[in-house]
Amino acid sequence: MALTTTAFDWVCTLVRKESAIVLEKGKEYLVESRLVPLARAAGASDVSAYVDGIRLRPDRRAQTAIVEALTTNETSWFRDGAPFQAFSTSVVPTLKQARAATRSLRIWSAASSTGQEAYSLAISLQDSLIAEGWRAEIIGTDLSSEVLEKAKAGRYSQLDMNRGLPAPMLVRHFTRVGTQWQVNDDIKRMVRFQQLNLTSSYAALGQFDVVFLRNVLIYFDLETKRDILSRVRKVLKPGGYMFLGGAETTLGVDENWDRELIGRVSVHRPKNGGQA
Amino acid sequence: MKALVVDDSRAMRKIIAGALRKLGYETVEAADGAEALKVLESGPLPDLATVDWNMPVMDGLTFVTQVRANRDYRALTLMMVTTEAEHGQIVRALAAGAHEYLIKPFTVESLEEKLSLLGLLPEGAQA
Repeated sequence: MALTTTAFDWVCTLVRKESAIVLEKGKEYLVESRLVPLARAAGASDVSAYVDGIRLRPDRRAQTAIVEALTTNETSWFRDGAPFQAFSTSVVPTLKQARAATRSLRIWSAASSTGQEAYSLAISLQDSLIAEGWRAEIIGTDLSSEVLEKAKAGRYSQLDMNRGLPAPMLVRHFTRVGTQWQVNDDIKRMVRFQQLNLTSSYAALGQFDVVFLRNVLIYFDLETKRDILSRVRKVLKPGGYMFLGGAETTLGVDENWDRELIGRVSVHRPKNGGQA
Repeated sequence: MKALVVDDSRAMRKIIAGALRKLGYETVEAADGAEALKVLESGPLPDLATVDWNMPVMDGLTFVTQVRANRDYRALTLMMVTTEAEHGQIVRALAAGAHEYLIKPFTVESLEEKLSLLGLLPEGAQA
């Protein structure tokens, strides 16, 4: 049976309240396909029945599971390629000059999902910085505790490994464990994961040289986007950079950013050097 | 762009060649390494060869080694597409001259992403 309007509306309200992510009309299929495994596990006859059960007898754990099922993004290694190329060939060399005194970089992967972006950044920095005695810390955050567990474990299936990871990097930075692949300790040590709702405070995260905020703003309404961008500006160190997804922009949302084109990638830097 | 699909499974050749054609490739197929070498000898040189590992007559690793030993084939990019998934096997294939390695089963998206890494995703195709 198709998802009822009542069930869909209730899920939208729940997800909006818990994550600020807006699910518009037309996303019924997405909601249904993501919730089918939960409905099956709960023994419900279909997704509507599963949602109605929780709606009428609120269950905190089930509500969290629904929010997580709908806010988890598909991810791959070095996703989209070009941003990582811009990061390695332009952003890191510029920051190496700017941070020569401290020889240290902090990077935030702000919707890290299962960790591929954060580990891809660590792999990128391995030759260019770490081998030269620099320190780098990458913080991965996500709303979903389930994806964070996978990210922290750093263990991936064969299908995960096929997604965009160059074979020379696979053999260099991963070890096969049974049918899975484990990220090696030298890369794992550079990355730390913690749960964070992007609509909550960033105060505990500290300051960053680069923020990867890719393919996540698209889920928020305009006011929330504006709020997130203004607070990201505050956690960027002077001269820092922000990367957005290919379909995302600061234009018409928060005008306090300068855009810089590196190859075909737009990177964003706070106007007047930042810390405004 | 042109691709040579080397696999002893007809069904697998059909899947890989079909996915490549959707991306804009012209495809030619071979059922083993020896047949693939004949295709190369008859020219023109494809841009890409996807190569299975375990095949009768001539296996994929031998084919890769022979292609890399021939300077006329320098411009050919080689991607292993195989069920062989041990760390040491991937190292051997790369050392022999394969540029990329895709492990079966794979999705069309992962094939596209590998092509994108190799700079072989035709203009207009999405990775």
